[in-house]
Amino acid sequence: MTDMARTNTAARTAQSVSARLGRRYAAERTFRLLGLGALLISLGFLVILLSSIFAKGWTGFIQTQVALEITFDTQVIDPEGSRDPAALDTADYAALVRSALSLRLAPEADRGARRELTALISTGAANQLRHMLAAEPDLMGTTHTVWLTASDKLDMVIKGQVPRQVGAEGNTLSDRQLGWVSALETGGNIRKAFNTTFFTAGDSREPEQAGIWGAVVGSFFSLAVTLLVSFPLGVATAVYLEEFAPTNRWTNLIEVNINNLAAVPSVVFGLLGLAVFLNLFHMPRSAPLVGGLVLALICLPTIIIAGRAALKAVPPSIRQAAAGLGASRLQVVVHHVLPLSMPGMLTGTILGMARALGETAPLLMIGMVAFIVDIPKGPLDPAAVLPVQVYLWAGSSERAFVEKTSAAIIVLLLFLVAMNMVAIMLRKKFERRW
Amino acid sequence: MTHFLPEGTVKIAAQNLGVFYGEKQALHAINLDIRAGEVTALIGPSGCGKSTFLRCINRMNDMVDGARVEGSLTLDGNDIYDRGIDVVQLRARVGMVFQKPNPFPKSIYDNVAYGPRIHGMAKDQTELDEIVMNSLEKAGLLGEVEDRLSESGTSLSGGQQQRLCIARAIAVSPEIILMDEPCSALDPIATAKVEELIDELRENFTIVIVTHSMQQAARVSQRTAFFHLGKVVEMGDTEQIFTNPQHTLTQGYITGRFG
Repeated sequence: MTDMARTNTAARTAQSVSARLGRRYAAERTFRLLGLGALLISLGFLVILLSSIFAKGWTGFIQTQVALEITFDTQVIDPEGSRDPAALDTADYAALVRSALSLRLAPEADRGARRELTALISTGAANQLRHMLAAEPDLMGTTHTVWLTASDKLDMVIKGQVPRQVGAEGNTLSDRQLGWVSALETGGNIRKAFNTTFFTAGDSREPEQAGIWGAVVGSFFSLAVTLLVSFPLGVATAVYLEEFAPTNRWTNLIEVNINNLAAVPSVVFGLLGLAVFLNLFHMPRSAPLVGGLVLALICLPTIIIAGRAALKAVPPSIRQAAAGLGASRLQVVVHHVLPLSMPGMLTGTILGMARALGETAPLLMIGMVAFIVDIPKGPLDPAAVLPVQVYLWAGSSERAFVEKTSAAIIVLLLFLVAMNMVAIMLRKKFERRW
Repeated sequence: MTHFLPEGTVKIAAQNLGVFYGEKQALHAINLDIRAGEVTALIGPSGCGKSTFLRCINRMNDMVDGARVEGSLTLDGNDIYDRGIDVVQLRARVGMVFQKPNPFPKSIYDNVAYGPRIHGMAKDQTELDEIVMNSLEKAGLLGEVEDRLSESGTSLSGGQQQRLCIARAIAVSPEIILMDEPCSALDPIATAKVEELIDELRENFTIVIVTHSMQQAARVSQRTAFFHLGKVVEMGDTEQIFTNPQHTLTQGYITGRFG
């Protein structure tokens, strides 16, 4: 090739490169922008989701209370003066609330007005007074200012969730009741306080008396059962398949099936639980034990797959080193491979548990959707779990359950975030470099 | 194919040993004697089967799926592949040091103490301490790690890690130590230390070493076997193999014409 020709070729190459250069960079820019766009869109949705939940839900942690001059009237509570605890327990404390209300707001109230008055205070207020008197018997016959839980209707008006206007959508208070509310407000008899009931009570038909503690305890029992069943089973399966089982047609079949099980819709596991645990073994309906077993079935494939990946990540040189010293196969696994793969297995387990914590559909199948007021005392008591509680409240018609639903979602999300944080911390703490 | 009659005690003897990985035959009718108290070097080009032979001696090939052995391989006259031989017992008698240093991600002390612990060799803590210290001493590592026995074994340098692995192997008091290219991942200074160590260990152990370095084989071994394509081409005193090879293949390999 002559010098001339060589120069020509070089020039042509430079030309064709520069001709395409602009397009190449443009393509790269477009790709980057697309990726960034996708990221921003998903971030946007996440922000919308979280902000709408928090905006709706934070008021659920607050409860309106009304201060009333309650006279613990001996004539009403204990007319015979026996001070018998049984008599005190069954006394008509609601009458104390009624008389305090009419004394404060409408001394000459007729029957209809008295009913409207009572509607301002929660029916749980009577219970509140009963507990007060039981704790302090000296209150008998005295008069005290007591902050009583307001009814959900009053609560909604005070929080501004529904307009203060008769006949407005969502408002069920009458003109007269709204007048009383204003009177109470100007007298400084209304305050908004932290809603402890929400964290200590079980479910209720009355929004102001409903709490998530029953569901939290139910979730705790269910997850405890899930962990106890799925972790040992999952780890044992992963260790057997990875370290001991021969590679043949059967183990391949099992492997494929485990991978498929991880993708089976959870409601199918619920049906399985219904057929096997309830109908075949006659286990109790709505019980966290059964819920936990069903959730364990859902978690198992995840734990097995994560466990096998963790075992695979242990370098074979460690196995050889131990075997070379005369360790038996079991010793190699128990002394070296298992401890080294434990962080990975725990991470997988926690992620599986986080999924189990959020499952609703399979639990509906085994009757965990029942309305349960009592806090469960053990895994055999009927119980609700957090996501099912959310589902139940979301379907309730009372306006006040809207904020309760969002508040319960916040609690559920906090638990999920906490579990994921634990998983990340475990991974960071035990991360090992070879 | 030559079969050498032993002058000293024969520790390990292979007779017509063949090894298969599935359909593929890796070793063909190997006849080889390894004598007690000597360093035997196995040399040959990659894939010639020298590592496979080494791994037969402590039955590490059992861990490979589809590996099959025929012929006989004896340790002190007993067939290693006999049904009556327990692999765990065998490996307590035949230690191994691997190509890449592979200390356990545990403390230096626990690395060395692991073997004695699983075999129940120490009655109490003092005895275990003694074994660990002795092994580290013999591996020439004690001076360097004496004051940091609780640190992780993986925190040591590559050469120190390999000597830790040797200490770990000799803590079990094996009769034989197998070394699979123990210096291939080490720098020349660390290599020199390990070679020195191998020479000292010869007093107490029978050593079989696989190496790719001619110089190393010449420096550390008394006897050398040259493997080629799954067969032993030549076996003899190291000096004779390197100065007066009988076979043209051996000559070609040690002079660097192929391999």
